[in-house]
Amino acid sequence: MTSLLNRLFGRPRKGSGKTAKDRLRFVLQHDRINLPPERLEEMKREILAVIVKYVVVDKDRVEIALEQRDRNQSKLVAEIPVVKQTVPPSPETYADSRQNNSDKPLGETEDSVDEGESAAGDAEEAAVASEDGEGADKEEKENKK
Amino acid sequence: MGGKVVTITSGKGGVGKTTATANLGISLANLGKKVVVIDADIGLRNLDVIMGLENRIVYDLVDIVEGRAKLRQAMIKHKKFEQLFLIPAAQTRDKMAVSPKDMVELTDKLREDHDYVIIDSPAGIERGFRNALEPADEVLIVTNPEVSAVRDADRIIGLIEAADKGPGRLIINRLKTEMVNKGEMLSAEDVFDILSLEIIGIIPEDEFVLSASNSGVPVSLNEGSRAGMAFANVARRVTGEDVPFMDLEENPGFFKRLMRFLDGR
Ligand SMILES: Nc1ncnc2c1ncn2[C@@H]1O[C@H](COP(=O)(O)OP(=O)(O)OP(=O)(O)O)[C@@H](O)[C@H]1O
Ligand SMILES: [Mg+2]
Repeated sequence: MTSLLNRLFGRPRKGSGKTAKDRLRFVLQHDRINLPPERLEEMKREILAVIVKYVVVDKDRVEIALEQRDRNQSKLVAEIPVVKQTVPPSPETYADSRQNNSDKPLGETEDSVDEGESAAGDAEEAAVASEDGEGADKEEKENKK
Repeated sequence: MGGKVVTITSGKGGVGKTTATANLGISLANLGKKVVVIDADIGLRNLDVIMGLENRIVYDLVDIVEGRAKLRQAMIKHKKFEQLFLIPAAQTRDKMAVSPKDMVELTDKLREDHDYVIIDSPAGIERGFRNALEPADEVLIVTNPEVSAVRDADRIIGLIEAADKGPGRLIINRLKTEMVNKGEMLSAEDVFDILSLEIIGIIPEDEFVLSASNSGVPVSLNEGSRAGMAFANVARRVTGEDVPFMDLEENPGFFKRLMRFLDGR
């Protein structure tokens, strides 16, 4: 009877069958791109380390995940919320702002005075996707703007 | 081009390749097809005992390849089916005694006057697997609803695709419906979700399989065996017939999904 109900109303699954499926998904994700879990974590840390050199990131909301539709379609999807700075660092001040990027920016330009929003209050999201290089292209265009 | 070469493989050992090969051979013969089954598991000969033909062996696969026997001499005729033959593996030789090219040459000859050539691949991804894969027109991958077996199946499917022999179809063997219903076993649907490969057969766990291997009479000759019926269905699907999955094979909702998957191709 329970199994009939489960079939009718999409089974809220428990039991070792569900565990088996989850574990399989996990191992296959890594098998299929030949990247063991620990190495993936290492890669995520490195990616993030590079990004924070350039922008301020809301670290608590960072998500970098490996998504897989099937054997031949894996993609690395990253959601890295970037904290909006009241003043973007100009090229000259860039080196400085890199060192103390949580401090108040040096010098103010006109268009950067932005309705006085707090730096942490508003986050823009930089999504990095890499599938057939499509995501990467988009990302590059964004940057050129 | 003549007959079709169907290779049965798995990745992980012990999941039911030899059982599937024997039953597919018998079931196809039962449909009136001319069939040769080849045991490509050199060094671990098994298909002969599963088919009850062990006492008739004179020559084997390596004897053919090395020219000690003519093809016909090494083909053992089944007791019940005039048009079903076995080419046994060599028991005391190494897998390296046969090359993928040898297998292609052999099966090309067999194709001329048989409808199906079914190859029982050894477990693993080494030479024996390559030998079995090279001549294949179609590959059937056997797996059990179990983490390690499905993982190895995924790996082997990748290799099959890389060799341009894909996509292949799945035989899910040893499914225990009661355990699936209790949530304690991967269902056929779970395996399908994960491997995204067409399923050609869902074979229940069945005690008759053990008695069959004791007696050398494969389950598809036993009308009371559910596994036997499921294997017979696989054979009909191999011939291109559109055979609905039996109740015991899977739940109806999943069956609809399967059909949609097939239609979408
Ligand atoms: N549907 C089934 N129900 C019950 N037992 C089964 C079923 N299918 C296979 N078996 C049992 O599982 C065991 C392994 O089967 P089989 O020899 O066919 O596997 P295999 O994949 O050929 O193994 P290997 O990799 O060693 O060649 C045998 O003891 C067989 O009787
Ligand atoms: Mg075997």
